[in-house]
Amino acid sequence: MKHLPLLWANLKRRKARTLLTLGSFAVALFLFGVLAAIQIAFNQGIEVAGVDRLVVRNRTSLIQPLPFAYRQRILQIPGVREVTFATWFGGVYQEERNFFPQFAIDTPTWREVYPEFVVPPEQWEAFVKDREGCVVGEGTARKYGFKVGDRVPIMGTVWSGLWEFTVHGIYTGKRQEDDVSQFWFHYSYLDERRPFWKGLVGWYVAKVADPDRAVLVARAIDERFANSPYETSAETEKAFAAGFVKQVGDIQTLILSIGAVVFFTLLLVTGNTMAMSVKERTGEIAILKSIGFSDVTVLGLVLAEGLLVATIGGGLGVAGAKAFTLRGDPTGGMLPLFYFPPLDMVKGMLLALGIGTASAIWPAVYAMRLRVVDALRRA
Amino acid sequence: MVRVDGGGDGALIRVREVDKVYVRGGEAIHVLQNLNLDVERGEFVAFMGPSGSGKTTLLNLLGGLDVPTEGSITVAGDEITAMSGRILAEWRARHVGFIFQMFNLIPVLTAFQNVELPLLLTRLSKRERREHVETALDLVGLADRMDHYPRQLSGGQEQRTAIARAIVADPTFLLCDEPTGDLDRHSAGEVLGLVDRLVHEHGKTVLMVTHDPRAAETAHVVLHLEKGVLVEAGR
Ligand SMILES: Nc1ncnc2c1ncn2[C@@H]1O[C@H](COP(=O)(O)OP(=O)(O)OP(=O)(O)O)[C@@H](O)[C@H]1O
Ligand SMILES: [Mg+2]
Repeated sequence: MKHLPLLWANLKRRKARTLLTLGSFAVALFLFGVLAAIQIAFNQGIEVAGVDRLVVRNRTSLIQPLPFAYRQRILQIPGVREVTFATWFGGVYQEERNFFPQFAIDTPTWREVYPEFVVPPEQWEAFVKDREGCVVGEGTARKYGFKVGDRVPIMGTVWSGLWEFTVHGIYTGKRQEDDVSQFWFHYSYLDERRPFWKGLVGWYVAKVADPDRAVLVARAIDERFANSPYETSAETEKAFAAGFVKQVGDIQTLILSIGAVVFFTLLLVTGNTMAMSVKERTGEIAILKSIGFSDVTVLGLVLAEGLLVATIGGGLGVAGAKAFTLRGDPTGGMLPLFYFPPLDMVKGMLLALGIGTASAIWPAVYAMRLRVVDALRRA
Repeated sequence: MVRVDGGGDGALIRVREVDKVYVRGGEAIHVLQNLNLDVERGEFVAFMGPSGSGKTTLLNLLGGLDVPTEGSITVAGDEITAMSGRILAEWRARHVGFIFQMFNLIPVLTAFQNVELPLLLTRLSKRERREHVETALDLVGLADRMDHYPRQLSGGQEQRTAIARAIVADPTFLLCDEPTGDLDRHSAGEVLGLVDRLVHEHGKTVLMVTHDPRAAETAHVVLHLEKGVLVEAGR
């Protein structure tokens, strides 16, 4: 701590250079924070996916439908407790960028399969009674100001025309990570109004009695429909969510590679800066040593300088990213859960400190090994 | 007493049969050869000699910045040629005050902070450090320049700041390598007067390399470095 004035003085020596280094750390860590938030948003589905639920979709692809009649047949398979289904509507509310997922759901079975979504009973009853009713997640409701009783117009894309719904309920999630961006309405209404794909559903979700046997049940379902015009692919919701994230693009790998490039560049830039700044100070380091500063103390001073820059710059970046994520989803709906958790903030700081140390290590060793007599002769 | 014949066992500084050989491009340069020196407490010794004769080399050996190829150096009973690394650095902090010809001060630190540097290696409290620094700067007549940076000081003032730093931790002896080499006559006179006062009023032991006969005159003893050994030039 006694050496802090010396460290400060060294940082102030070239203000522009120090500011650039601090800036590099800040930008890199800001990016780290935002990428971490994006990754969490993408993996959110995997985290909260039920282990006791199977997603049954058309084997050809997710967008191909399955017959309505499969519900009864899946229910008959041993180990299956309940079956619900949904269809992707894909409509637009006012503008294309206002994105939230709309599902035409099987109203009678939905809540049995998704107990984590909570709707006040009287709201649910009102919803059930209204053919054109809908229930909205609290996130989407907050974002667009939907309240119970509101009429919400949605422009159909798959099934064109204007579809109007009345909000009867707002659902909440039991856990913080639960997706509260969905918009539900009655499948019966969709099927009645749409001109094609009548009697088909998007996908089924089966609740199994014993999560340990989920994979066996999934296989039984697929075997049941093998060699039919609509073959199925059943998998646990977790596997499905993971596969979905993969389809969107291998986000994890993308984020890792972006991160790696950014941090490698940061390391090169700060390492080079540190090396330059220590080389310039050869004479001064010799003076410190002649005064009696030990080699190890000198090593420590240079490392401390790297750590100080990393702490300040990294701290600014992490704080900036936190502030940014607190403002909420910047894409307007693509990332319903957009936050930078404390654990990742700590990881970011550790990463910054690691880079600070790594960039200072060679200059520090140079300073440690420097012999006073050589330095003074050179100076 | 100052002796160059290897006698004088009670001396503060005892250099015995020191050789210093540099090897450069496969060729050995014998800078110091079988050099002896004894300096008692309170002495003021000037070293003279042509350029390249090894004066700086000798001073660096005495200050524990370099090690002799052969021989031993003992200061106040401690054989520094047997020390290394951290121990030697600690010894330097306690016993030696260096004043070089140039590059003495850290440019980004104020005069006060520069003088405080040696005290950062002690257990003194912040207040005690402040008192010591003020005393030292007062002694060199720069109490009013404490908050100035080196670039705001004249060459003579810089050198006096360096002297304040060299004495602030009250070392056993001072090593000065051409302390006036870069200064004009007037500033050189000031610096020499200061060194003289340190010796006579404060009882410091000073070993100084100089090219300047006028500077050498202020010393008790002038030693010439010739062909790797010291020769007494008398008073
Ligand atoms: N690290 C080294 N490697 C090789 N030769 C060296 C080294 N240090 C000093 N020398 C040589 O040793 C000799 C003595 O050098 P030194 O610096 O001690 O001389 P000096 O008497 O202080 O000279 P000056 O009056 O110019 O300062 C010179 O010939 C120098 O070239
Ligand atoms: Mg010299």
